[in-house]
Amino acid sequence: MTTTVVELWTEEPLVRYVGQASARLVVVMTPAGQVLAQHGFAKAVDLMGVAAIGAAIMASSGALATLVGEAAFGALFHAGLRHGIHLASCRTGRGPLIVLTVFGRETSIGLVEFFFDEFAAALHAAAPAERSRGPVLAENFEAELGHSLATLFGR
Amino acid sequence: MSEALERSLDRLSRVRGVRGSMFVAAEDGLVVAQLLMEGVNGKAVAALAAALARKVGGAAAATGAGRLSFVQMDASNGTLLLAPAPADLLIVALADPNVNVGLCRFEMIRAAEAQK
Repeated sequence: MTTTVVELWTEEPLVRYVGQASARLVVVMTPAGQVLAQHGFAKAVDLMGVAAIGAAIMASSGALATLVGEAAFGALFHAGLRHGIHLASCRTGRGPLIVLTVFGRETSIGLVEFFFDEFAAALHAAAPAERSRGPVLAENFEAELGHSLATLFGR
Repeated sequence: MSEALERSLDRLSRVRGVRGSMFVAAEDGLVVAQLLMEGVNGKAVAALAAALARKVGGAAAATGAGRLSFVQMDASNGTLLLAPAPADLLIVALADPNVNVGLCRFEMIRAAEAQK
């Protein structure tokens, strides 16, 4: 299983988190769905699909939280027969990030949640100060996506 | 926290040297009910105790020792005790190194039986 990163500061915390939590797949992304780092994906198309869906789930649950008078929900957890999914956001100097973790029966949601807290703290500590990031526009989204894919999958 | 769980944890926590006790979902490693002294990270204890139970349970089964009934883990600064409880729960106690393990175990088994 490979770990690849677009932004180097995410690598060391991600590798440690994957090992500690025994995660099968992890995506670190912005709320717009731009991938900063990943572990376990072999195909670009799977990664981009998962990132887009993860970002959409976080956006819709955030909207739902607002409707019921909550500032935000914490982590989302879905349990399956063979896999579980943990989806949560964390704050860093580079702005909020979303982390989607897919794990199997060799670990548990308790362990994933526990080590996610450490991962979030490590990302916060490692993140460089926020650079001015323009809005994600249609005209530069494709170029950024292409750059991320090239970095993550060497294409 | 349900009254039965609360009563069981209260009894266990009265044993001298016990710093905290909890019911943990064995499969998920999440806290179901807890009674802890300040400074004890319940989330961490629950997650790691469930992982420990799973590993030790697997080892017991693999070696033909049968089903897990009690785990005692001694460390320089404390002792972790755990036992399976009904409804796929674990009862976990975190205690000082010099705790009376026999009494703890008795209260843990009693707490587990009270959940039947």
